Amino acid sequence: MLTEPSTDPTAKEWTSDEPFLVVDDLTVKFPTADGLVQAVTGLSYQVELGKTLGIVGESGSGKSVSSMAVVGLHDPKRTRMTGSIRVGGTEVIGLSENKMRRLRGNDAAMIFQDALAALHPFYRVGSQIAEAYLSHHPSATKREAHQKAVSMLDRVGIPQPDQRVRDFPHQFSGGMRQRAMIAMALVNDPKLLFADEPTTALDVTVQAQILDLLQELQRDFGSAIVFITHDLGVIAEMADDVLVMYAGRAVEYGTCKEILTRPRMPYTWGLLESIPEVESDPTQRLLPIPGTPPSLLLPPSGCPFHPRCRFTGEVPGDLCERELPELEPATGDRAEHLKRCHLRNPAETLDRATALAAGEG
Amino acid sequence: MVTDTESMTPDTEPRTETSGGSTGDRPLLEVTDLVKHFPVKSSGVIRRVIGQVQAVDGISFTVDRGESLGLVGESGCGKTTTGRVLTKLYEPTSGSMVFDGTDLSPLSAKQMLPFRKDVQMIFQDPYTSLNPRHTVGSIVGTPLRVHDVVPKNKTLARVQELLELVGLNPEHYNRYPNEFSGGQRQRIGIARALALKPKLMVADEPVSALDVSIQAQVINLLQDLQKEFDIAFLFIAHDLSVVRHFCPRVAVMYLGKIVEVGDRESIYKNAHHPYTQALLSAIPDVKQAQVGGRRERIRLEGDVPSPINPPSGCRFRTRCWKAQDICAEQEPPLLQIGGPGGHFAACHFAEPYDSAIHDAAKAQAAADEEARRKAESAPEPAD
Repeated sequence: MLTEPSTDPTAKEWTSDEPFLVVDDLTVKFPTADGLVQAVTGLSYQVELGKTLGIVGESGSGKSVSSMAVVGLHDPKRTRMTGSIRVGGTEVIGLSENKMRRLRGNDAAMIFQDALAALHPFYRVGSQIAEAYLSHHPSATKREAHQKAVSMLDRVGIPQPDQRVRDFPHQFSGGMRQRAMIAMALVNDPKLLFADEPTTALDVTVQAQILDLLQELQRDFGSAIVFITHDLGVIAEMADDVLVMYAGRAVEYGTCKEILTRPRMPYTWGLLESIPEVESDPTQRLLPIPGTPPSLLLPPSGCPFHPRCRFTGEVPGDLCERELPELEPATGDRAEHLKRCHLRNPAETLDRATALAAGEG
Repeated sequence: MVTDTESMTPDTEPRTETSGGSTGDRPLLEVTDLVKHFPVKSSGVIRRVIGQVQAVDGISFTVDRGESLGLVGESGCGKTTTGRVLTKLYEPTSGSMVFDGTDLSPLSAKQMLPFRKDVQMIFQDPYTSLNPRHTVGSIVGTPLRVHDVVPKNKTLARVQELLELVGLNPEHYNRYPNEFSGGQRQRIGIARALALKPKLMVADEPVSALDVSIQAQVINLLQDLQKEFDIAFLFIAHDLSVVRHFCPRVAVMYLGKIVEVGDRESIYKNAHHPYTQALLSAIPDVKQAQVGGRRERIRLEGDVPSPINPPSGCRFRTRCWKAQDICAEQEPPLLQIGGPGGHFAACHFAEPYDSAIHDAAKAQAAADEEARRKAESAPEPAD
């Protein structure tokens, strides 16, 4: 590999006032045979070191696509990207593959949902972790890399790491594979970790173990985590901030407590209403969101959620169908809760609907 | 620690749940000591049987007419196998399954035919459970044709009626599955299962492959259909909140055994088995957003042991904080707790969750861990 002189694109110590990750007006489009897929449109968010941002959305809402853009996993030949993504001050969009490779793993790493598919079945778990270490530490010896792999496996709670390091992925259980992947992602001490549905394929007890581990590692390393999931319960326990995505756009963004206890956008409200809770009245009917998620080939006009929204009638005229609402502060000009909705007084409308739904049961 | 189960002499014939059950009508389905083992064969030419995967190992439960029984547990606990044995997709190794007065377990495929109408299945994955080369009309119409329940010229009308019933456009009978979304496909699977007006529906993770906003639609649909046609459900799922919502009665499985079964109120509010307690405490709760941080929960160590060689005695003991010697020696029977009306739990130390006991065990574990770390605290290579 080419070794340029030590003009490391990103400093390991991040001291600037700017948050470590800043995504600004990101748009990702994929040209396909059927037309242009508008996977992400005008997305902005930021994450500080030591904080966790939860991104919620259904399949096809653009939550994974936007994260893969940050780590540079889209093929530039097949993707049209505009906007700005800054990781520790480095602009990622348009970065050369060489520099991207150095940033990926070193500053930003990703863990995936399906650990069995993300680990190579032919190579021992330990050598895959060691490879990730060696590629960012060219001066390290194989022996050091191996030692590092063992200590990482130990760190993520794999029993007998000095023996298990020689195992193949299929010899690991689901939870252990997920741990091994976390070890691989963290071997270079990245400051930013993307976790894309890391626990969706796991059982609840194992999920709880992995969530514990992630929080513990975050405490120890002070890294920023972007946690992508559709499980609002997991978000509630993990995230400091929450970004709700629908049809490639941010529809609600704010602190976790604000968004999950006082949703001000009918989609978020609908998600919260439609899940059965552990302590709710089981005889009460669930209140589903009608319809299905839209196609990103031809997103609906105006507010992308309007075809499924219960409250379009409360907005004068056909504003919802015509005009895309701005992402604006839900109350006053407080920036800790942004929503994208035309409803004049969403607090009052949604609270009334919640009370009504509770009364029906 | 003295509990009433401890003072009892161990039952040689553990009371099953049925013995304390309802009087009067027989339940629709009565499963007793159901066992399903899968042989493990050696590699090579001879392929000797070298072990058994004890997927389901002696479970008993009942399902009443029009009732829903939820079956929860982690992957590999045998809940799916149970569903597939009930529909005879797998032959049971032993045990009986009395459905409407007839034991299904010894029946041959031919003898089974009349009962297939009454027991239908909904599958988890709406993408692989529908044949992509058949139209929806053909998929939903096949059971009607096979069982010859409606005259040929009425089949289409019945198919359209079924599609409308599950909330699909009846005009879409000539479309193919790939033209539908995941939620709509699941509705097609439900229409197919509904075609023969079954008395029992085995729903194996019917909503877990669907988007959150679609799950509620399908759950509501299943509840409406259940009410309208008086269908009993065996609802298999790993999502405890969904099961609690759908099923008035719940059975918790661990490694091929039922460890706790009873009314949902009783199970969710007053779980006596440590495994159930751990499962319940691990559910992430949206309400947590109000308080912030993580909920206090029971931390289970390790993974589920292999069902080829399950632990002796109580199968949960390897991960249990209450485990004592007796747990390795004797398998705890499924006993009724808290007098008549209470639910059933299989634990030598069945009692409501007491955080003090758990905290003590946890502190001990933490101390052990600390000692281990200290012993190994070699300096980490700096980078």
